[in-house]
Amino acid sequence: MNPLLGDRRATLILIGPALLIYSVVMLVPIIVSFGYTLTSGNAITGFTFSGLENYQRLVTDTRVRDALLLTVRYAVLMTVLQVGFGYLLSLLYVFVLRRWSSAVRTLVFFPVVLPTVAVALLFQQMFAIAPQNGLVNTALEAIGLSSVDWFGDGGTAFLVIIVMDVWRSMGFYGVLLYAGLLDIPEEVFESARIDGASGFGLVRRIVLPLSLPVLISSLIFSVNGTLKVFDSILALTNGGPGTSTSPLTIYMFDTSFRFGQYGYGSTVAFLLTIVSLLVTVFIFRANRRDLTKD
Amino acid sequence: MTSVDTTVPVPSAVASAPRPRRRLAPRRRLGQIVSGVLVALLLVIVVGPLVWMVLGSFKTQTEFLEQPVWALPQQWNLDNYVFAWTQGNFAQYASNSVLTVFPSLLLVLLFGSMAGFALEVLVWKGRGAILITFLAGIMVPTQMILLPLFAAYFRLGLTGTLWPLLITYTATSLPLAVFLMATFFRAVPREIFEAATLDGAGLIRSFFLVGLPMVRNALFTVGLVQFFMLWNDLLIALTFTNSGSLRTLQVGLLNFTGQFGSVQYGPLFAAICLNVVAILVIYLFLNKQVQKGLTAGAVKG
Repeated sequence: MNPLLGDRRATLILIGPALLIYSVVMLVPIIVSFGYTLTSGNAITGFTFSGLENYQRLVTDTRVRDALLLTVRYAVLMTVLQVGFGYLLSLLYVFVLRRWSSAVRTLVFFPVVLPTVAVALLFQQMFAIAPQNGLVNTALEAIGLSSVDWFGDGGTAFLVIIVMDVWRSMGFYGVLLYAGLLDIPEEVFESARIDGASGFGLVRRIVLPLSLPVLISSLIFSVNGTLKVFDSILALTNGGPGTSTSPLTIYMFDTSFRFGQYGYGSTVAFLLTIVSLLVTVFIFRANRRDLTKD
Repeated sequence: MTSVDTTVPVPSAVASAPRPRRRLAPRRRLGQIVSGVLVALLLVIVVGPLVWMVLGSFKTQTEFLEQPVWALPQQWNLDNYVFAWTQGNFAQYASNSVLTVFPSLLLVLLFGSMAGFALEVLVWKGRGAILITFLAGIMVPTQMILLPLFAAYFRLGLTGTLWPLLITYTATSLPLAVFLMATFFRAVPREIFEAATLDGAGLIRSFFLVGLPMVRNALFTVGLVQFFMLWNDLLIALTFTNSGSLRTLQVGLLNFTGQFGSVQYGPLFAAICLNVVAILVIYLFLNKQVQKGLTAGAVKG
């Protein structure tokens, strides 16, 4: 086809290192990890074949059910909130701040690059109740409400996780969706305005449909990332109090490294992989159907 | 900037509609006030916690326990920072982070661009399948590879060194780097490489002498994206740093409060600030590229 750019030796030399590392350190472990699901034991004690025991345990384990539920709850809530706030931010950048938006964009994006651990420790202090009220409880008392022991209860701790992660990620989606909005030609807005569309009508009828593709890719990216949430929850609540804010990732980490059950840990990791794959495929297909309808 | 810069300020939808001016003025001012308040609120929410963090890093333990949380620190010295840096072992953590993140960045950029070039510019059978194989690596949760890797490093006797981190960082970053570099090479006209080959340069040479210089901006962007991902990584670092002397900055910070009997608030805030400083400096100079790079990594979906 193109003899000039077809040279087997050069191809091998160029793709070789990346493919080798990728295969040895990622592909092979993925297969081995799948193999682990049929065993019990760990790296130090050795592995023994245990058949489908881990899968039976997976189905009946109430902690898996809780962790899966928490993962899904987090992923759905976070996706709605971060893409939603991101979209509002992008509208703010494009339609209100316009040429002044650059500085605000840069500032709101900053938390995105901050180390999760640093942000989590900061939020721990902000929501603290002992030995002294943090910023949030102080504010609550200032407006006449009483302090809340945010990390003492699974529900409120979950709320803090959500607040923190929205704070960290909304700037990212703001910039992502802003780039999508800039791709819409200005003439489209002009003609819509001449036709009498304005304010929310303009957004709903013109802007929203036209930014649907970039909204969908945001959704996919968000779901994919939030299902794997680990850093922020581990650093903020460590899955607690008790195990009330443990998603699948933290449960997997606990079973594997705290209890030394590699087989069962791999089974939980496998479940997580299947869930991410299913959700991504589902969104992709739903998306394709929508596009053909239009 | 782009086409959005028309002459009318603030809520453009209202302002540019062809209506009499008298009816518009109050609505427009109301709109301005509302959006002004919104923007101010947004900035307070974003910047507030960060300012509070910096202020806290100068306070003493007594100030933390006895003064109100919003009080300004009574002194501006670096005691807390010195304490965090020396007692908190931060020098060691920073050096561990640098020694693992930067070598893997180098490897990822080199191997990633080579593979991207091979997958996008060169012609050979099976390159579509290989590209998809790399793409799959972006989707699979890291949890899926941790346990076999842990077992392998243990058997190879690498446990207790920084090698597990370096190797795992390189491998987990490759899929995205390969994919992004391939898309960047797609934008370079193939005729350039054909011409280079006709002039007698081998494909390897034309990659290094022609290809790499043409995508150096892309290399920079990909490097920046991967830097943030690796520098802020917690999962991999937590898995493979089984002794205190191997901790990266993130793992070190996570264990910071546990090192002392009671929570030392001032040093804790100082430690958080120290952790953030490197990122802040990079972001101050490169925020445009950072925003573009990180969001480019997302559109791959």
